[in-house]
Amino acid sequence: MPKTDSKTGFFTHDESHRIEFPWKKSFEFALQNFRHRFTRSLITMSSLVLAVAFLAFILVNLNIASGLVEFGGSQFAPLLMEMGFDVDTSLGTVSTGPKERWIVILSLLVCTVGIVNAQLMSVTERFRVIGIFKCLGALDSMILRLFLIEAALIGVAGAAIGAAGGIVFAFLNGLVNFGVASLILVSLADVFVSFLIATAIGFCLSIIGVLYPAIIAARMEPVKALNAQH
Amino acid sequence: MEEKQIIVRVEGVKKTFKMGKQHVHALRGVDLEIYAGEYLSIMGASGSGKTTLFNMIGGLDKPTEGKVFIDEVDISQLDAYELAWLRNRKIGYIFQTFNIIPTLTALENVTLPMTFAGMHNEAATEKGLQLLDLVGLGTRHQHKPLELSGGQQQRVAIARSFANDPAIILADEPTGNLDQRTGEEAIELLRSLCRERGVTIITATHDYKMINVSDRVVWVKDGRVDKEEHRDQLNISLGTIGEKERE
Repeated sequence: MPKTDSKTGFFTHDESHRIEFPWKKSFEFALQNFRHRFTRSLITMSSLVLAVAFLAFILVNLNIASGLVEFGGSQFAPLLMEMGFDVDTSLGTVSTGPKERWIVILSLLVCTVGIVNAQLMSVTERFRVIGIFKCLGALDSMILRLFLIEAALIGVAGAAIGAAGGIVFAFLNGLVNFGVASLILVSLADVFVSFLIATAIGFCLSIIGVLYPAIIAARMEPVKALNAQH
Repeated sequence: MEEKQIIVRVEGVKKTFKMGKQHVHALRGVDLEIYAGEYLSIMGASGSGKTTLFNMIGGLDKPTEGKVFIDEVDISQLDAYELAWLRNRKIGYIFQTFNIIPTLTALENVTLPMTFAGMHNEAATEKGLQLLDLVGLGTRHQHKPLELSGGQQQRVAIARSFANDPAIILADEPTGNLDQRTGEEAIELLRSLCRERGVTIITATHDYKMINVSDRVVWVKDGRVDKEEHRDQLNISLGTIGEKERE
């Protein structure tokens, strides 16, 4: 017979009274959701892939240009300047033009807005599941965590794919414009750093994009979540 | 009968919803005491406020006025963590629309509350299989909800509601989306589990099949308790209710 008298110590925060959702389980559930909603996840991911690819493209182009200026001498300087790079021949440094910087920032902003939009949609679609979770005793933090893990998965995958794609395009671009010299002179370490920077930024954007939708989801009253139309 | 212990106490609960500019009074002051181990049906037509009352008792919604006590604890005083704990361990929910998670298998659905409660995987799986056996779905534990019939989905939901051995089971129109036969089976199942495990079962319904198995019926009308009937009174009036329904 289960106890019906529990007035003593009804709510204490001891070991037997905790509520938890282990990281492993959360991760499995998020991964399952990701697979189950693969198409939607791909759409969310695609804007991230494009923005990060563009970022990586710009960064690696800069790496290639630096390599050319540093080791290839001044012969490339006019060509680079013509292509919109700011080249300082006396110092042997090169930087992107302000216009390009603005386009990159803008594209990242647009991408973030796109992610927020897509994630809001995916949260709305799942109001019911969120309601069920809450009825079964899930804490707000668990719901938040599930969405964050999912966004992290999308973020890492999308950003890595985008960065890799951007690098490939930058190399092709270098090959076409400057010939094989561009591939020989570029520092691979710099390219790798660019890859990491682009991936990290993409990952952060994915997390930033999901924060607002996930907080809305986590704070929902169970009754409202369960009765939500979708 | 031994002295009855009150497990749920509803005190002067009112609930007002805002619909545009209008205020809708779903509950106009309900007082109710529910005893441990009884099978209580809250009966009423749709729109009578029974689902609202049900949500209040389950801590899923907050009353505009009045208080709900579970085990003499005022649930409006609980913080988010305690409320989650209450929903996890103390109360099991069953819904008209089943509300099982479509991406998880029957077994995973049943073990989810146990995971929240910090139970180990093997222990949760074992208990989940036992519960599914109990509701007659032991062999179908790997099926996803969409591969199950409505009656079977509701059985999964019943098994899930018992996951953490709650003291109270709340069932909102558990037979509403089921046909006559599967509905009766679900009720029978609830009734026997109530007796075996000494669990308090509270159902909100307008299904007259539920009356037969109830220890007590509370009729709700226009956001108020219209009348209460005990089992012995019910047997007498049952015939007339059946006739009324047929008319």
